[in-house]
Amino acid sequence: MKVGVCLKQVPATDTRIRINGAGTGIETGDVKFETNPYDEYAVEAATQLKEQKKATEVVIFTLGEAGAESRIRDALARGADRAVRLDDPAFAGSDSLGKARILAAALKAEDISLVLCGRQAVDTDSSSVPAMIAELLGFAQASWVDKLSVDGGNFSANRAAGSGAREVVTGALPAVVSCDKGLNTPRYASLPNIMAAKKKPIVVKNAAALGIDPASVGAGAALVVETRLTLPPGRPAGRILQGDAATVAAELVSLLRNEAKVI
Amino acid sequence: MSKNILVFCETEAGAPRKSALELLSKGRELAAALGASLSAMVIGAADATTLGSYGATTVYAVSGDASSTEGVVTAVQGAVSASGATVVLASASALARDAFPRLSARIGAGLVVECTDLRVDGGRVVARRPIYAGKALADVEVRSAIALYTTRPNSFPLSASGGAAAAVVAVSPAASAGTTVKLVEVLAPAGATVDLTEAERIVSGGRSLKSKEQFDAVVRPLAASARATPGASRAAVDAGYAGHGDQVGQTGKVVNPTLYIALGISGAIQHLAGMRTSRVIVAVNKDPEAPIFQHASYGIVADLFEVAPALQKEFQKALL
Ligand SMILES: Cc1cc2nc3c(=O)[nH]c(=O)nc-3n(C[C@H](O)[C@H](O)[C@H](O)COP(=O)(O)OP(=O)(O)OC[C@H]3O[C@@H](n4cnc5c(N)ncnc54)[C@H](O)[C@@H]3O)c2cc1C
Repeated sequence: MKVGVCLKQVPATDTRIRINGAGTGIETGDVKFETNPYDEYAVEAATQLKEQKKATEVVIFTLGEAGAESRIRDALARGADRAVRLDDPAFAGSDSLGKARILAAALKAEDISLVLCGRQAVDTDSSSVPAMIAELLGFAQASWVDKLSVDGGNFSANRAAGSGAREVVTGALPAVVSCDKGLNTPRYASLPNIMAAKKKPIVVKNAAALGIDPASVGAGAALVVETRLTLPPGRPAGRILQGDAATVAAELVSLLRNEAKVI
Repeated sequence: MSKNILVFCETEAGAPRKSALELLSKGRELAAALGASLSAMVIGAADATTLGSYGATTVYAVSGDASSTEGVVTAVQGAVSASGATVVLASASALARDAFPRLSARIGAGLVVECTDLRVDGGRVVARRPIYAGKALADVEVRSAIALYTTRPNSFPLSASGGAAAAVVAVSPAASAGTTVKLVEVLAPAGATVDLTEAERIVSGGRSLKSKEQFDAVVRPLAASARATPGASRAAVDAGYAGHGDQVGQTGKVVNPTLYIALGISGAIQHLAGMRTSRVIVAVNKDPEAPIFQHASYGIVADLFEVAPALQKEFQKALL
């Protein structure tokens, strides 16, 4: 079984976001990029499957420019075998469906039978690409999974369900599983593995290599378009309550009831 | 063809969930602005009286399996074609998050997820959604003929229209070949309270609680007295004081309550990401410089172990 991991770099979670003058994107000049935190659970899950001899090979798939290669190397150092980076000017401006189309084509070309993704990328926060890939490839899916096992051609996963519940689902591979916090604890790469990862192959593929019609992806094909970005409105200044515990507690509950009207 | 807005209404024990009624309330406003009609869909039996009283004129009662991704995708697809809807609204629940992207890819309809606002501008729907964990907001438009939106619970006020019972149309979509995924078991959440993502009140505790025992002895009873759902910072979760399902923030749950009480939480940017849209934020922290105070509507600079029991007493009195 070949396992594919979709991996994306995102601004570090402590980034202060600034919007560009045109209101069409963020200023990225001094932004530090990191691996999407949820994708780290996917890399770890794939590596564990390989250690359990259930995966024969772990391949990283990244849609992104050359700048993303340091994040790919990090995943290779943590246990993945090789990577495919998807890069073409025609990909720019793709919406979630466009991105899913590109990734699906790449996964198919590598004959991947288990696709592991993070539950969402913490930049767009869309949580859409994994299930879209599943549909485009006709694969089974399980979303926001915090427990996963694979046995022969079948998998069992605990997925998020309504009202904070979890559901155990089973299915047959091929499948797409999106990984949630709690699935595992991602390992750190050891120094020898970091050195070894430098020699692992990263292949770059463009639209032609993937057999993708450039008109089916990118800004021109996007069904969903961000027209304007703004910063969230600031919160009105708050009030500090003074006094001993009993006094502030009584005052707070009275304010919540009579001023804020939330209880 | 006249325009139609379809609201996917999730049910619980046969009754529409509050999040569904919120969406019908908002849907009515959009329908008026677009000159469209408003319909509801449910999987299973429809409570036509309640759905009608929130403004649905028609409800599509679709036969299908709400417990499987494929069942939900097929059911919504069936209702979309039966209703001719061009705008489909659903609450951003676990179920919609799982099924709607798949539906989007299947029918080629643009999907905008986790919206916190929807408005009509020049005859078109404009959605607003948080990105970068709420550090920015994006206005989003859909270019396909059918547009799908999921919205965050508690984004829109409830308002009944007092309308008559909706007309019920039964829909039985052809079973799709589908995939093989089967539901084996439902694991109920630990607490019996409303889930964090839908909660109207939340009391969260941080690293400062120092142990699971103290978290259970301080945060949970205070939450119960305020009829709130308990939550936690990542530091508290990673230390084992609370479960992963209790984590609020960028790598936990994004919450949208009317009242959020943070006990001994510093207010790291990744925590704020999960709760910054709360209507009223109360911070209890012994450090007056803690960043959480910059976001708090009401701040108490004190030891939480003294304030929490006093607050619990006051809530008990106030919410008899
Ligand atoms: C990729 C990434 C993702 C992350 N995702 C999340 C996330 O989803 N959610 C999240 O919460 N964090 C997240 N974090 C972690 C975040 O950066 C902070 O480390 C975490 O939120 C801190 O939790 P805390 O406020 O409980 O602890 P601390 O920052 O240690 O703060 C404890 C606070 O308690 C106060 N205090 C101590 N004792 C008392 C007392 N007796 N009475 C009153 N006040 C007291 C202190 O003054 C302090 O302000 C993430 C970090 C990274 C790198």
